[in-house]
Amino acid sequence: MQKEITVALVGNPNCGKTSLFNALTGLNHKVSNFAGTTVEKKTGETKLSAGVKAQIIDLPGTYSLYPKSADELVTYEILRNKAESNYPDLVIFIADASNLKRNLLLFSQVADLGVPIILCLNMMDVAERKGIRYDLKLLEKELGVPIFAINARKQEGIDNIKSALLNDKLRITAQYYNLDHVNAQMLDEICKATDKRNKYAALQFAINASSLLSEKAQRIIKLFEKYSFDTRKFQEDEILSRYHIIETTVRNARLKNTSQLKNSLTHKVDEILTHRYWGIGIFLVLLLLVFQAMFSWSSYPMDFVEYIFGLISNYIETQMPKGILNDLMVQGILAGLSGVMIFLPQIIILFLFIAILEDVGYMARVGFMMDRIMRPFGMNGKSIVPLISGMACAVPSIMASRNIENKKERLITILVTPLMSCSARLPVYTLLIGMLIPDTAKWGPFNVHGLVLMLMYLIGFVAAIFSAWIFKFFIKQKQKNYFIMELPSYKMPVFSNLMITLYEKAGAFVWGAGKIIVAVSVVLWVLASTGPHGNIAKVEQKFASTINNDTIPETVREEAKLQMNSQKLEASYAGEFGKMIEPAIRPLGFDWKIGIALLTSLAAREVFVGTMSTIYSVNDDGGEETFSNIKTKMQAEINSQTGKPSYSLATILSLMIFYAFALQCMSTIAVVKKETHSNKWPIIQFVYMTVLAYASSFLVFTIFS
Amino acid sequence: MNLTELKFGQKAIIERVVTDDDLSLKLFEMGLLPGETIMLENVAPFGDPIAVLLSESKICIRLQDAASVQIKPID
Repeated sequence: MQKEITVALVGNPNCGKTSLFNALTGLNHKVSNFAGTTVEKKTGETKLSAGVKAQIIDLPGTYSLYPKSADELVTYEILRNKAESNYPDLVIFIADASNLKRNLLLFSQVADLGVPIILCLNMMDVAERKGIRYDLKLLEKELGVPIFAINARKQEGIDNIKSALLNDKLRITAQYYNLDHVNAQMLDEICKATDKRNKYAALQFAINASSLLSEKAQRIIKLFEKYSFDTRKFQEDEILSRYHIIETTVRNARLKNTSQLKNSLTHKVDEILTHRYWGIGIFLVLLLLVFQAMFSWSSYPMDFVEYIFGLISNYIETQMPKGILNDLMVQGILAGLSGVMIFLPQIIILFLFIAILEDVGYMARVGFMMDRIMRPFGMNGKSIVPLISGMACAVPSIMASRNIENKKERLITILVTPLMSCSARLPVYTLLIGMLIPDTAKWGPFNVHGLVLMLMYLIGFVAAIFSAWIFKFFIKQKQKNYFIMELPSYKMPVFSNLMITLYEKAGAFVWGAGKIIVAVSVVLWVLASTGPHGNIAKVEQKFASTINNDTIPETVREEAKLQMNSQKLEASYAGEFGKMIEPAIRPLGFDWKIGIALLTSLAAREVFVGTMSTIYSVNDDGGEETFSNIKTKMQAEINSQTGKPSYSLATILSLMIFYAFALQCMSTIAVVKKETHSNKWPIIQFVYMTVLAYASSFLVFTIFS
Repeated sequence: MNLTELKFGQKAIIERVVTDDDLSLKLFEMGLLPGETIMLENVAPFGDPIAVLLSESKICIRLQDAASVQIKPID
């Protein structure tokens, strides 16, 4: 029989929980698309011995068990309910040894809930450098729980923890803070009301329930009133008493403390990176470098992906029997997939840079510098992390907004984050910019493509800020604002952690986007190759005599074939569909083919490229569909009514603006619904962004045509 | 004297936190406690927020919140 134990990792933010989680589970955990910092629980497995497995839960970092933000609430929810299936058999508490006093505050609260706990002291090296050392034997005796020294980033001490998890004798509970000063009768009643035996757990739950206004709130608030119990006074007293207990306990075990308030290396780096005058300049230069790197480094891997897809479709096309299935595979699914997977390298590079900046500790500094700038727009410094990672993907970014304490600031951040240009827009922009400007164009040392792309990202940012300012007037404020954030000391990024993050992100992109694209490609291919009233057959008949006539020159026949395919598409269901909505989008300069793409991109923006490759591949009847091919085909497209190119400057610009502003992403809508617990906000967001996109595109098309 | 009046590199001891809301709890949780030594380290562009050094960590705080923290400068 396999035995399984559940172990939760708990600790302050930036104490190395995720490093320990990665060291314990490796890649053996569920792939999830979360931001660099943990804002949702993550589970993974590790094998302890032949018969025992451990289910490891990585929880968001928190400063106390009185949650102040949505990510802290996740941790609290796991620890508060013993009936919950995820309730741990054992808590591994990870403490930053260089900041032990504050870390032990949460430790003592968790221990007082009555859950067995072991203490892992991480970052002993950092503590030593600060001049802090502990006698671990003595500390263990004073605190009364098992203590392990680890270095999560270097994966040291991991085996000791694994064997400790196996040892039932180390399932020890401890108690630190006593409730003698609280009215005993009230405690009894609270225990009854909350259905808990542990007095601290009951009182703590009651206080949170009363401030979070959850189900039992009314009854508990009445109880508190009856005994004139002041919850804030109690919490202040609790925190200060705990610090006092910790101070006395830890004092003996502290071997030396030469730690003095002095300017550390972190301070010297901060003097430069967060400088009053050029700090923001450095940040902008860094962003520019990221975009240049994204654009120039990705060309070789992109060629490689293109080459691989070429090989596969060639192989399938020649090896599989000719017919419907062959067409579907090559012209439908593979064409759609290759159009998007080719952007995987660019997306990985962007994710990599964001992960590094986060891991090093620079993102918190950006928040520090930008707070004053974000404030007039109804956001705060913490909003900058969702906004910047929104340039990779809105879904994890919206989740990353969980650490914003103030509800209004968080809601505004959620509402405007999708306006930041995400990586799904990258394929669309790249395709369209490529139609305007040759690849090789340079402006000084910069690639013009990169600059135009950066301009698109800037437009997204300006739109986000502007929209935030508008939303600020419409969202009511109940809570008081405050902004207090830790600036963690700078750390070298850990290669293996970065790789795990990248693996997760790339995996989420490939599977998430891949599924939608395959589905959309199949549907689209069917719609594009069948039509009502046998219209397609009629078109084929019309051209049959020309195409099959050997006496007509080859070039003329080719020309006729192209025309036939174009008319076939027009006669198909997809064509009918596009034409149906054409009147609505003609003011924006879009024809019915773009109409089809707009419709399919409602699922996800990157489908635009896949759709275009399907449409133009169907149009051209097979052959190798590569990115540059689509571009060439689109550029060559002539509008049958005007006789001018279908993709004029005005149309391309209008299309780019439309994709910059419209909310064409089902995953975003779903995550906003989940994070705001409402249908109202995703609907408002969708309507707002669609109106903004339509109006702006109309304006751009009118100006440039 | 409150925390907003602290000068660069100057050290002070936190005396008490005066608020009528949850701000005090957040400050305590982050380690800004009565009795702790504190030093001003950085100021963000536009002069707000500020970053202060505590014995074991570095915290950034807006001026409006820092005004609630009463301090006593050391020498």
